[in-house]
Amino acid sequence: MTEIRKNYVRPLDIKHGQVDMAHGSGGRAMAQLIEELFARHLGNEYLAQGDDGALLPHPGAGQLVMATDSHVVSPLFFPGGDIGCLSVHGTINDVAMMGAKPLWLSAGFILEEGFKLADLACIVQSMAAAAKEAGVPVVTGDTKVVERGKGDGVFITTTGVGVVAPGQALSGRRAQVGDAILVSGTLGDHGMAIMAERESLGFESPIVSDTAALHGLIEAMRQSGADIHVLRDPTRGGLATTLNEIAKQSGVGMMLQEKALPVKPAVNAACEFLGLDPLYVANEGKLVAICAENDAEKLLAAMRAHSLGQDAAIVGRVHQDPHHFVQMTTGFGGKRIVDWLSGEQLPRIC
Amino acid sequence: MKYIDEFRDGDVARGLAEAIRREARQDRRYHFMEFCGGHTHAISRYGVSDLLPDNVRMIHGPGCPVCVLPIGRVDQAIGLALEQGVTLCTYGDCLRVPASDGLSLLKAKARGGDIRMVYSSADAVALAQKHPDKQVVFFAIGFETTTPPTAVAIKQAAALGLKNFSVLCCHVLTPSAISSILESPEVRQWGTVPLDGFIGPAHVSTIIGSRPYEFFAEEYRKPVVIAGFEPLDVMQAIRMLIRQVNEGRAEVENEFSRAVDRDGNRKAQQLVAEVFEMRKHFEWRGLNVLPYSALRIRSQFAEFDAEKRFALSYRPVPDHKACECGAILRGVKRPQDCKLFGTVCTPENPVGSCMVSSEGACAAHYTYGRYKDVA
Amino acid sequence: MCLAIPAQVVELRDGDNALVDLAGVKKEISLSLVENVAVGDYVIVHVGYALNKLDPEEAAKTLALFGELGQMDALDDSAALH
Repeated sequence: MTEIRKNYVRPLDIKHGQVDMAHGSGGRAMAQLIEELFARHLGNEYLAQGDDGALLPHPGAGQLVMATDSHVVSPLFFPGGDIGCLSVHGTINDVAMMGAKPLWLSAGFILEEGFKLADLACIVQSMAAAAKEAGVPVVTGDTKVVERGKGDGVFITTTGVGVVAPGQALSGRRAQVGDAILVSGTLGDHGMAIMAERESLGFESPIVSDTAALHGLIEAMRQSGADIHVLRDPTRGGLATTLNEIAKQSGVGMMLQEKALPVKPAVNAACEFLGLDPLYVANEGKLVAICAENDAEKLLAAMRAHSLGQDAAIVGRVHQDPHHFVQMTTGFGGKRIVDWLSGEQLPRIC
Repeated sequence: MKYIDEFRDGDVARGLAEAIRREARQDRRYHFMEFCGGHTHAISRYGVSDLLPDNVRMIHGPGCPVCVLPIGRVDQAIGLALEQGVTLCTYGDCLRVPASDGLSLLKAKARGGDIRMVYSSADAVALAQKHPDKQVVFFAIGFETTTPPTAVAIKQAAALGLKNFSVLCCHVLTPSAISSILESPEVRQWGTVPLDGFIGPAHVSTIIGSRPYEFFAEEYRKPVVIAGFEPLDVMQAIRMLIRQVNEGRAEVENEFSRAVDRDGNRKAQQLVAEVFEMRKHFEWRGLNVLPYSALRIRSQFAEFDAEKRFALSYRPVPDHKACECGAILRGVKRPQDCKLFGTVCTPENPVGSCMVSSEGACAAHYTYGRYKDVA
Repeated sequence: MCLAIPAQVVELRDGDNALVDLAGVKKEISLSLVENVAVGDYVIVHVGYALNKLDPEEAAKTLALFGELGQMDALDDSAALH
């Protein structure tokens, strides 16, 4: 009777086990963690090579785009997602916003000693599902462990590589006077979903994070033939910050129409409770598109036809302004500027 | 959102703007002070000024508790966290106020201070209950709206017999602030600040009622209209003030009748009277020391008084010499008149109190309105 | 002065607390400062406490006032008719 006995004494105790320093030491424990947790779920032909680096095929004609993002979100699990799928979506989106087709991801984990393996398994499975759905595999990775108290459970860094046809790359510098400004859907969902989970602010809400990979939507937008100048995802700091960045990069001003901004009633309500402005709240599954004036309706139609762009709207216009202000006509009829965020937006009592 | 959206309706705003334009006499100017920071914020955020005729001007008052909180008090809070190892609970608004030695509560947190943001005083009590080994101090700021919640928290702590909970009480009183404006030399003697009337605070008034303002209307012959929090409320109040001025009246009117009456919230007032008493003097940032303008905890609740428990002393800290906050809070100068505005003093690096809170006159103008200055 | 919003009481809870609802977002707050609050009432909420009840009749009256023509206007209009 032959039985191939595994080298390990016993399999990882995913249910009750915890991360310990040995898992990051490079030895047997780490190999076991990689095989039984990471590779098991994220597995693909590249990861299976098992070398220090992934050997990838040349993507062919075009320019390479590379983007990286570190994820430190707290809480790790929130309505609509977790740090795992967030890290996959976020980096895919960064690459796609350049106009590139995302091809591969890498994932580096910094684990805190004592972090529950059950939670880690959930996170990795979530990453795997997100990568699979997006069709962008995690081809290489790394794991380190830090002492208890020196991490926040887990930090994840993802890097993405993509390819864009020559001359097709988008940039924040390309907004022009007269261009239309569009958003792909409702604002502030992710940030308020996170806020709702925070203990001391505890409120129950139906708000769910919008975390999503947008490269499919972007492809649909491309196919409409609209002349798109800028794409960007309004993550930290919200739409306001993103538009101010673009205005500065392109040397233009902008005028928004508050009435046109899509915001879910529950998000508005949560913002009212805490004295926050949805314009400054993070989004993880939305994009801003700036396109030639004449193509605005065409682009809007293409966005609305896609499942991730159903609430898309034209929200403003680019105009000449030497001060690069982003201004807004309020729903009330008056005007204000939508300034850069100063510091972090904190709930207030006044 | 019911009782919110209807009061923000742009179409109704246009109608009101037209009514105001018609009622404002062409042959004079009107200057009204909106006392409350919440109103300053609403006016800026919704661009209400754009809908007013040129001869009606809003002056921003000192009704922002963060703006009038002296540096010395923030120093006390920071000291408790960093030197006495206290778990300091604070509302979000205070976290970024710059204090002495380049610190703020946020920076003190980065240095290792156990500083927690809470939404409610009740959260601070719950924290104390949960961690009997920690000394929890609640940094209580605010006008009369925010004082009753602190009173409830102290009573709760007393009922629970908590030994590790206390309050650093910096609650201030609205009528005192209004007096100081009306008593300021510019208004009283020299008449250089034309003040034709006040928009009275919304939520402070739900607690104190409209009666306390009657004194000001009579004594100083200035109309007061208490206005709700939404932009339509503010516009209607402006309209009512214009009418009073035109008709030569100086009365207290209540636009916020859906939440305010003459007596106010008696239950809340009684709770406050039970737990607090007036301080003889209190320093207000920008307005100096004012008499009978702030509260401290009564001796019956002395064990919950952080100033007593930790033997705190108060050290006043003067503002930057070139800072014009004092004049701005009294309506004598505008943000643009201050040399530091927008250059040295910005929301990122607030030098004075008017820039510190998002509803301070300078912060509001910088954040929402400065495009008008460069146009 | 301070940030306070009108929300509807949807559930009364132990310890003088209540669950309020604003467009689907729910929060538990304290009713220690008010009296005779029933499910369905609207209250003004500030830092986790109800400050006062909102009077729906007065709210309706206020809204009506917004649209009211000023006395001057009414006189102008009637003068124009003659």
